[in-house]
Amino acid sequence: MKKIAVTITTLCTLAVLMLGCASNPAEKDLNNFRDYFAKRFPDTPMNDFKNGVYSVDKGSREQWESLEEFPPYEIIVDKGETLFNTPFKNGKTYASCFSSSVDSIKTNYPYFDKKRKEVVTLEMALNECRDANGEKPLKYKTGAITHIGAYLAFQARGKTVNVKIDPSEESMKWYNRGKQHFYAKRGQLNMSCADCHYYNAGNRIRADVLSPALGHTTHFPVYRNKWTGSGDGMGTLHRRYGGCNKQVRAKPFKAQSEEYRALEYFHTYMSNGLEMNGPGIRK
Amino acid sequence: MRHTAITVSTAIAVVLGSLSLSIPSMSQAGSSTIDEGKKIAFDRKKGNCLACHQIEGGSLPGNIGPPLIAMKARFPDKEVLKAQISNPQKNNPHTMMPPFGPHEILSASEIDKVVEFIHAL
Ligand code: HEC
Ligand code: HEC
Repeated sequence: MKKIAVTITTLCTLAVLMLGCASNPAEKDLNNFRDYFAKRFPDTPMNDFKNGVYSVDKGSREQWESLEEFPPYEIIVDKGETLFNTPFKNGKTYASCFSSSVDSIKTNYPYFDKKRKEVVTLEMALNECRDANGEKPLKYKTGAITHIGAYLAFQARGKTVNVKIDPSEESMKWYNRGKQHFYAKRGQLNMSCADCHYYNAGNRIRADVLSPALGHTTHFPVYRNKWTGSGDGMGTLHRRYGGCNKQVRAKPFKAQSEEYRALEYFHTYMSNGLEMNGPGIRK
Repeated sequence: MRHTAITVSTAIAVVLGSLSLSIPSMSQAGSSTIDEGKKIAFDRKKGNCLACHQIEGGSLPGNIGPPLIAMKARFPDKEVLKAQISNPQKNNPHTMMPPFGPHEILSASEIDKVVEFIHAL
């Protein structure tokens, strides 16, 4: 009996090496997700998916690359740096709330907090830091939080997305809730995130090419032309989630709601292994 | 032989000419329904069919669904076409095409008009 068990473990170890036979179901999801996009876009090198729609739409890539030469987010990154380093009324700064150096803060989010039994995002941690230091919270979709976010994203450039999916039951509940959100049809128009960004990635919806979900989260916060109408163009990932929910005439959830944090947990994990390259510029 | 051919074609032309003279009242009713259907189909807040389908007369179409051409040949039975437009989930439970009827994105009479327009393509 013991011998059989040993053989089986050996086999599984071999299988892990050869096939990536995953023990955590999330790992299996990740492998399938990557394989699907690698097959669908054989001309796109894996690490290029971090460039979103431009990884599969050569037509608009050149224009985007020229925008990147004098990026409109540069001034935002500077603002974020100032905000990050300006002391609160009590004399402390944001840095006092984080244990890692400024270039790795972003790499630690989102994560499942075992004690609190919930997913914690960077935006949440920033506001909790403010709260702990007697400051009022920032708005979650636009403004100062996107400036600080842009600065931390810029500092983390070149690092790798490495979300850890805690295998505990509680954490998997959050993971599965996010996964469910991604694949479930919703809204009057009855479409899922996957309809647009998985099954139809690379296709056109009207004149817009749909980006692959692989690489979606690497470059947030994002500066969008469309968002300059009502501010400085910057928005968080949850702002984008709300916009995409609205497109299908579904009621958006609140930024930093459990629903969107769960989605971020799943969605960011799906980009594990890709390079961080925020902030980004999009249409 | 040549002479006969000419005569025949003249005859046909005459017949066609008289036909087209006798039809106007009928085809006008039809064409205004078709025009209304087209407006609904192209309206972004209504059918927004161009988001996914290439349709003659519409600019910047998407390519998520098949081009809507030669519809009479592919859907000789208008009711089958209507079923596809009203509730595409019946044919494909996973379809991305919106359930225009069941989700009341379009009213029954709007769907009828869209069907007339699409069927005429
Ligand atoms: C009806 C189609 C549609 C649906 C459904 C949809 N999106 Fe989008 N989404 C778009 C379009 C169009 C864009 C802009 C072009 C692009 O980058 O794909 C976009 C952009 C995005 C972006 C920005 C990508 C970048 O590189 O900056 C993210 C992130 C995103 N969507 C996530 C989602 C999520 C999560 C859902 C589900 C909650 C969703 N989308 C549902 C159409 C859709
Ligand atoms: C969001 C995408 C989308 C929209 C919007 C959409 N469709 Fe479709 N349509 C599809 C897809 C995808 C198919 C392919 C079959 C399937 O998956 O159900 C399809 C199939 C069809 C077919 C069958 C074509 C064939 O040759 O079998 C017809 C007819 C059709 N659509 C008409 C319409 C009309 C009319 C509208 C607008 C009122 C519309 N569609 C809006 C995605 C869409």
